[in-house]
Amino acid sequence: MDSFLQLILTLDMSIRLSVVLLLACLAGLYSERSGIVDIGLEGKMLIAAFFAAVAAFHSGSAWVGVLAGCAASLVFSMIHGVASITYRGNQLISGVAINFLASGLTVVIGNAWYQKGGQTPTLSGAARFTPIDLPFARVVRDVPVLGPIYSDLISGHNALVYIAFLIVPLTWWVLFRTRFGLRLRAVGENPASVDTAGISVVRMRYRALIITGILCGIAGAYLSTAQAAGFGREMTAGRGYIALAALIFAKWRPWYAMGACLLFGLLEAISNLFPNINVFGLVTIPVQFTQALPYILTVVILAGFVGKAIPPRAGGEPYVKER
Amino acid sequence: MDKMPKWADLFLIPAINLVLAFMAAGLVVLAIGQNPLDAIYYMIKGAVGSTSGIGYTLYYATNYMFTGLAVAVAFHARLFNIGGEGQAAIGGVGAAVVLLAVDWPHWTIALPFAILGASAFGAAWAFIPAYLQAKRGSHIVITTIMFNFIAAALIGFLLNGILKNPATQNAETRNFGAGAHLPTAHEMLAPFGIEFSKSAPLNFSFLLALLCAFLVWVLIWRTRLGYQIRAFGHNEGAAKYAGIPAVKITIIAMLISGGLAGMLSINVVMGEQERLIKEFVEGAGFVGIAVALMGRSHPFGIVLASILFGMLTQGGFELLFEMPAISREMVLVIQALIILFTGALDHMVRDPVERIFFRMQKRAA
Repeated sequence: MDSFLQLILTLDMSIRLSVVLLLACLAGLYSERSGIVDIGLEGKMLIAAFFAAVAAFHSGSAWVGVLAGCAASLVFSMIHGVASITYRGNQLISGVAINFLASGLTVVIGNAWYQKGGQTPTLSGAARFTPIDLPFARVVRDVPVLGPIYSDLISGHNALVYIAFLIVPLTWWVLFRTRFGLRLRAVGENPASVDTAGISVVRMRYRALIITGILCGIAGAYLSTAQAAGFGREMTAGRGYIALAALIFAKWRPWYAMGACLLFGLLEAISNLFPNINVFGLVTIPVQFTQALPYILTVVILAGFVGKAIPPRAGGEPYVKER
Repeated sequence: MDKMPKWADLFLIPAINLVLAFMAAGLVVLAIGQNPLDAIYYMIKGAVGSTSGIGYTLYYATNYMFTGLAVAVAFHARLFNIGGEGQAAIGGVGAAVVLLAVDWPHWTIALPFAILGASAFGAAWAFIPAYLQAKRGSHIVITTIMFNFIAAALIGFLLNGILKNPATQNAETRNFGAGAHLPTAHEMLAPFGIEFSKSAPLNFSFLLALLCAFLVWVLIWRTRLGYQIRAFGHNEGAAKYAGIPAVKITIIAMLISGGLAGMLSINVVMGEQERLIKEFVEGAGFVGIAVALMGRSHPFGIVLASILFGMLTQGGFELLFEMPAISREMVLVIQALIILFTGALDHMVRDPVERIFFRMQKRAA
């Protein structure tokens, strides 16, 4: 039974760690499906995490924090939009700038406001998201096998976790079952045809970036008000890039994105819980290898040796209307 | 007729971009209740107000020259090498391995081998993304980002394992030894009777970086390979039609780029630290992107932009002492804004300026 509980614990941790990745990954999905490459997920999450923590601290409400995080992330998303849609700039360079801007601004402002080296005050009480017990979680805990799975693995997460996992089917539905989704995908594959049909490419892409901004905002708020109790400098720690990797791994599809994020979350949980894995007493897998595995897997996928990841065709290209 | 004068393209537009970036940064400083003019004064004073300040400024500038040139060479082939960070880190491993392997008698002998090690390792780290881009069409931006993280994990692994100095708790190698010591600016200038700060880390690598800038200029504008790289970057289809091999150019441009990024370690690992430590690149790989954009991918522009960014980095350190309310990360904000205005929002400035020039030309005609 011991190793079973260990397994539950590991999986539980993977779920919690994969939420940020999942939200950021879905954020990137909307942007990239519309033809805007977004390597600025990291920066948007970081600025959102900061303002979410600040707003949650001063209002005492974690939900106000989420709103503030979304607003901050949205501003950054619109900077990306102005640069890459309106002024047809290089989307990659704009993304790099956004990441820099976020890691600089959060510390500069944080230090000026709280003088704690970029950290924000510790959150407590309603300023943080707390675990929710699903119905009957306490009752069925003692049922063998299924009990712990329900009460420890499925129940007992905070609201944002459930929201994140609900956004997956929602995204699938929006993308593949609505007119908006069809147009979004078309604008990322062949913007000229969408334009010919009388739909504004610019407007579609801005809408996609608004969704991206909101989702990155939730992701950032999760980091600073749910996973941790406040903002710490560089607290995204490359998760925006892992999310990008997951997006490629998932080949820009929502359900696969969930799978990829859970896998990468599991890898992070393993490297946290079991730093050096000893395989049959023969080889020790160093912790650095587990940490690098998401990136290595992504390169392998990108190389096309295991299935080919084909990005939306118009990705990265500014759209210039024919005259 | 419908072209801007060259000086406007090379100087006026970057200058306007720079002014906009600094104005935006000034707003941030105002927003946290500080005086931006004071901040600029202290930054300039900190950067060039003493030989120590100048020594640090040019030391950082050396790093940015290497990474800026690295990004620029790839830019000329229309490849966005965002992996300078990882290539520089692995270059450091190359330099360290060479410098630890032999008990070097004198730096003049050690240096060529260290350069070889650093650039070969840096180039090797760029090779896989380059190969995957050329042969399998994997997007080089994503693969080089991934390789940055893989490099960080690898260097962590090596410094906690086979390269670790057993005598300390820290993840670092042992010291390289006296024979691998590069002369510092203080040591080089003393024979001429010039008193230069002893503490500043500026060393012989600065001259090496300038030499690299010159060599890159020769390569890009004076050789057949450079012509091929530029033609490929300008119009891939036409270049292919003209018989320029795409795979070869992509890989060679990236190898040169990675090699240049790896050279950063000559300045930091060999010149300053004299041992390999974990996070010695400190974002210089990313600053190289800003430097290449600002310098319009031209070696001369890159040298100037590197010195500007060197001043920013050093000035930022000093700023912290004089105005504790502004943290050092203000430098990151300024860099971000420069990247944003010179790189991503280029059209915002360029289009109106172009229109003004057309109107003037029309009136003249």
